[in-house]
Amino acid sequence: MDFSTDAQASVIAILPEILMAALAVVVLAFDLLWRRAQRHDIGYVAGFGLLGIAAIVFLVGIPPQSGELSDQLVLGGMVRHDDMAQIFRVMVLLAGGIGALITMGIPRLRARGDFYAILIVSIIGASLASAAADLIMVFLALETLSITLYMLAGYLRDDDASAEAGLKYFLFGAFASAMTLYGLSLVYGLTGKTNIYELGRLVATNGLNEPPVIIALGLVMVGFAFKISAVPFHFWTPDVYEGAPTSITAVLSTASKAAGIGLLLRFLLAVFPPAELLGAAEAVADYSGLWVQLVVVLSVVSMTLGNLLALVQTNIKRLLAYSTIAHAGYVLMGVAAISTDKSGDGAAAVAFYMFMYVLSNMLAFAVVILFTRATGSEQIRDLAGFSRRSPWLGLAMTLALLSLAGIPPAAGFVGKFLLFRAAVDAGLVWLALVAVANVIVGLYYYLIIVKVMYMEDSPSEEPVPVDLPFKWALAISAAGVLLFGTILVTPLLDWATDAAHALYVLL
Amino acid sequence: MVITFSGVLTGILLTPVIGALVILLLKKEAKEQMRVIAAVTTGIALLLALFVFFGYSVDDANAVNGDGGTYFAFEDHVKWIESVGISWHLGVDGISAPMVLLTALAGFTGVLISWGIEDRTREFMAFFLLLVAGVFGVFMAVDLFVLFFFYELAIFPMYFLIVIWGWAQTRQYAAMKLTLYILVGSVVALIGIIALYFKAGNATGVYSFDFVDLHAAAKAGVFDTPFSPAWSAVTTAKLWFPLVFLGFGVLAGVWPFHNWSPDGHVAAPTAVSMIHAGVLMKLGAFAALRVGVQLMPEGARVHLPWIVFLTLINVVYGALIAMRQRDFKYVIGFSSVSHMGLVSMGFATMNVTGMTGAGLQMFSHGIMTALFFACVGMVYDRAHTRDIPSLGGFAQKLPWVAVAFIIGGFVSMGMPGLSGFVAEFPIFVGLWDGPAFDPDPNWLAGTFNYYGLIAVIAALGIIVTAAYVLRIVGQVFFGEFNAERFPHISAITVYDKIALIILVFWLVLLGVYPRLMAPMIESGVRPIVSMLGG
Repeated sequence: MDFSTDAQASVIAILPEILMAALAVVVLAFDLLWRRAQRHDIGYVAGFGLLGIAAIVFLVGIPPQSGELSDQLVLGGMVRHDDMAQIFRVMVLLAGGIGALITMGIPRLRARGDFYAILIVSIIGASLASAAADLIMVFLALETLSITLYMLAGYLRDDDASAEAGLKYFLFGAFASAMTLYGLSLVYGLTGKTNIYELGRLVATNGLNEPPVIIALGLVMVGFAFKISAVPFHFWTPDVYEGAPTSITAVLSTASKAAGIGLLLRFLLAVFPPAELLGAAEAVADYSGLWVQLVVVLSVVSMTLGNLLALVQTNIKRLLAYSTIAHAGYVLMGVAAISTDKSGDGAAAVAFYMFMYVLSNMLAFAVVILFTRATGSEQIRDLAGFSRRSPWLGLAMTLALLSLAGIPPAAGFVGKFLLFRAAVDAGLVWLALVAVANVIVGLYYYLIIVKVMYMEDSPSEEPVPVDLPFKWALAISAAGVLLFGTILVTPLLDWATDAAHALYVLL
Repeated sequence: MVITFSGVLTGILLTPVIGALVILLLKKEAKEQMRVIAAVTTGIALLLALFVFFGYSVDDANAVNGDGGTYFAFEDHVKWIESVGISWHLGVDGISAPMVLLTALAGFTGVLISWGIEDRTREFMAFFLLLVAGVFGVFMAVDLFVLFFFYELAIFPMYFLIVIWGWAQTRQYAAMKLTLYILVGSVVALIGIIALYFKAGNATGVYSFDFVDLHAAAKAGVFDTPFSPAWSAVTTAKLWFPLVFLGFGVLAGVWPFHNWSPDGHVAAPTAVSMIHAGVLMKLGAFAALRVGVQLMPEGARVHLPWIVFLTLINVVYGALIAMRQRDFKYVIGFSSVSHMGLVSMGFATMNVTGMTGAGLQMFSHGIMTALFFACVGMVYDRAHTRDIPSLGGFAQKLPWVAVAFIIGGFVSMGMPGLSGFVAEFPIFVGLWDGPAFDPDPNWLAGTFNYYGLIAVIAALGIIVTAAYVLRIVGQVFFGEFNAERFPHISAITVYDKIALIILVFWLVLLGVYPRLMAPMIESGVRPIVSMLGG
């Protein structure tokens, strides 16, 4: 297989990572050079830096238009620069940027330059994960993302919950990483290749010994399922989400998950492709049926268990943790559809869904930070009277929750609709009906939060203060949620569809 | 795709949305301005809706439908989400044009009735306008994605309106129950719509949620082929019809899925009850007709002959339960279940007379129920109780309300000269005639014609209706007034009077001049019946 050696294309392909690395250095430098009072604003540098890079990626980082694999695989096949990578990069950059802005609402973190620098590095990992086309790069990206997040989750060392979150995440994560690494090494050992497109062809055509391939597939899936917190690899999620600084919880639930999903899409299709994609004549082994079944099982148990456990939560961060588990289940429904429907509906639905999910969750967590700061509590019942205190914040939270519940005009409605459509297209009508039942359960607990905000009276009538970085974070995410659900559906969906088509180019 | 844009329907839809946005931007204290803005925007929508209603040409509709086309007036058809086959396609046919007018009337009078709302007026008016916009959207939607989008959009303001401004004792329970019931039904129907979309797309190569395209596929018999190769006997239409029809039927209060409705009506604030029972329940019936019967006539032929029994239970059981209530508002709530049963029953006749009656009943019942709930609200706001035995003699204190209620009561009994007669009579005639085609001989309807029997039993239900209406009139408005218990009964406001006049006017107008609406509805019904094989 040929790789592009065009130097300019190579630089553009990893431009976001180069810029982010520079940004991390800049943030660290400011941390040293600025006086204490100035350091208060260091989050703006990180936040708007990341958002700016997102804009640059969107405008400048257009992948080679030929759509040929050999043009898009750069740097010795380490990275594939296609629309799929781009849409997921923009997603994680938005998540990181908004995450940095909302970190400024946490007093103990606001002036910590090193915190922002580590955050940027973890976004580098997330960004690379969606472009990785080589086993080495897959693992490097995952570890860059994970190790930095371990640090960030446990950053508040003197806070027991945060320290516990960091350690717990680290222990679970190290275990999952080891499984993935073992799986990857098995794949390498069987084929002698590390580029996922090359070894995908070998896996499909070479008549490899089946049991080790299946074991490798299973082991790799463990690592991915851990990253996206699919049941039964979700045990870390509620505790870590509750204990970690809330802005990191937000990043964990969005950037980290988007990176995992992006990687999952690319990895499964490239390494274990459905036979028809490679031309039926030369293909002899088709493992796609197997991973579709695995993904379907993960999807059903994740959404069902996530939703049912969310019903009984009283802490808002834990509730959102269980809701992200359920959302992993919904998204996996789209992943299950990518093998049988070649039109790209499934992958496009997944990309669209993740995009709106990132914005919705960011919106929700931004409000949660403000709420915790004002009341000192994370209990849902303390949200009482929130809409009287701050009508706009109440409305923003409602919008986020409606989006997560899949009610128009929020973007979540279109996302869910596309996922259902993909599932029906792939012949998984029963899975769509299971998801429908789950959507109802989900709506129930989201509405409970809305009810508490609007119905019950609070002891205080004082408005919740919203400072400038939050205004930005809220405005960006709320506008996204609203516009991508109504008039801007088409541009985003077209982009997602282009991305999906790129995914199916395997030769 | 032909791009047409007349803008009238989009205008009707966007006016309340714009009103809601403007109201949200006002200061909390500017309550009077909010009310005026809400009244003006719904008033503009009402004028536009009247324009649509009177501008609808029955002759054009009959000509196009006669040639095998699918007629929609005032079409707005522009691109939206092209890659999925979704377009912004609005239009009205003979059935939906009166529904748009009904929504506009209920919206405008609802704002007038809610003039006295003082608690968080801004949010109330904004959510109310969004609700009205959502309902408009469903009636105008030709693209089924658009239909579904607005169907769901109407649900969430509903939840807020009930849970915040509703009757404190049951609002939390009722709002959640209503939302979950409706959502369960609608998402099941959504999966059905998606299944039809792929079925039609795989057969014709055009993947589209547009009703016109799907209808063409239905005419070509695409949905009469087996749904999955595994079960060759079960066609798509036979499999999905009951799920789609009953899924939307939840909102129409079809027994046994009617349970959310009385609770929801009672818990809701007056204006919301008006929209809710008056218009929202018609959304369910309308969507069930449009997506269920029109797209899957084969399923309708097989399943409606048993669904008609459910509707009979609705009519009789609803009336009997209404008879037993002590709570004024619950009586009206259950009467809606009973009257909506007549609508579904009209659909189940599957002939032109009965279905035209169902269309008229949707409009007539919508106005009548809105009037009822307005009256209940006016009495309750002053008496602070809805317990029928403890009320009495309110005709002396609130003569306007009493007159309006009695007229509404006559409508609900089907008194000639009022709209109820015009609507119910054709339904019973249609029932007596039975379906316009020869039923499948292997099926119940083929063995013996029980439709006449159903007509007889349902007509007896009207007697029960008369009983409970007269009971309320006697006990609430006449009898002795308890001056000790109700020392201060203030007169109703001028806004209330305007609202009552508007509603009563339409009930009488339709009663004395049914030609205003009947031919229009017939023009919408005829193509459906011809699809059914009549």
